[in-house]
Amino acid sequence: MTSAEIKAVLEHQFPAAMVENEDLTEKQVELKGNQWLEIATFIKNDPDLSFDQLECITGYDTGEDGPLQTRYNLHSMEHRHKIEVVISHNRENPNVASIEQLWRIGDWFERETYDMFGIVYEGHRDLRRILCPDDWEGWPLRKDYEGQETYHGIVVQKMKEEEGWE
Amino acid sequence: MGVLENKFQDNVIVASLDKLLGWARSTSPWYFQFGLACCAIEMMASAASRHDLERIGMMPRSSPRQADVMIVAGTVTMKMALRVKKLYEQMADPKYVISMGSCATSGGPYWQHGYHVLKGVDLVVPVDVYVPGCPPRPEALIEGLLKLQEKIQTERPLTRKSA
Ligand code: SF4
Repeated sequence: MTSAEIKAVLEHQFPAAMVENEDLTEKQVELKGNQWLEIATFIKNDPDLSFDQLECITGYDTGEDGPLQTRYNLHSMEHRHKIEVVISHNRENPNVASIEQLWRIGDWFERETYDMFGIVYEGHRDLRRILCPDDWEGWPLRKDYEGQETYHGIVVQKMKEEEGWE
Repeated sequence: MGVLENKFQDNVIVASLDKLLGWARSTSPWYFQFGLACCAIEMMASAASRHDLERIGMMPRSSPRQADVMIVAGTVTMKMALRVKKLYEQMADPKYVISMGSCATSGGPYWQHGYHVLKGVDLVVPVDVYVPGCPPRPEALIEGLLKLQEKIQTERPLTRKSA
């Protein structure tokens, strides 16, 4: 199926979940977060779509005023088609349903996105930081991230532009 | 050894115990093998057959209790920094640290934007020899190790240090 056909199926099944977004390419589709688990279950099990492989989950920060996003790269081994699902979260309380039990690989992908962006995946059975230490402060890949001054008494030396290194 | 020289048979060597200990220690500094990033590849290459660290008496140990030298080979993240410190504390005296590569020495390529990288392993453990490079070639590491051996040789473990 082409991306347009996949989108048409989604539009037919979940008309309320579609979101218009001019910035996306034709291989991407933005959905509302509230029905995500239901949609995910459908696109995985539907014989025509059959997205049996979750290739990647990426976090995305659209800037200080924009939303945070989670992007799911889905691929079908059977039909050899792909789609990227985009879900936006508000900055103050970013959360979305976890698909960890649907695609098992999503377990670590979601933990990593949580670690870097602080997006909470509701229903994930073990949502801990995966790369940073457990007691790390802040979400490093957000645009407004400020590194911490010290970590366990070790000074995190910062080289700033003012120091003339650039 | 002026007075004692030539007083004994041919197969007796006279030396000061201090120097003898320094010599013995310097010629077999076993190193603690743990690689943290890409520099570890060069450390492995140094230990493998072409450069062969055992030729200068260095042999990898997997336990800090058995090691004399810790080669910090690679990027030390904040998460690892605490562990590096702990491992250093577990090593038995006398112990030495070699900072291998620019990451371990100063943060390397991550010196500005690496929010999670320790800017120099000397912030957590005392370093004896710094080996520059990204990564240093095995020859450079071996030179650093020879420098360390020189340093160990000049130590006088039995001489009381004046206050
Ligand atoms: S100094 Fe260079 S080669 Fe060594 S760990 Fe850092 S980035 Fe890798």
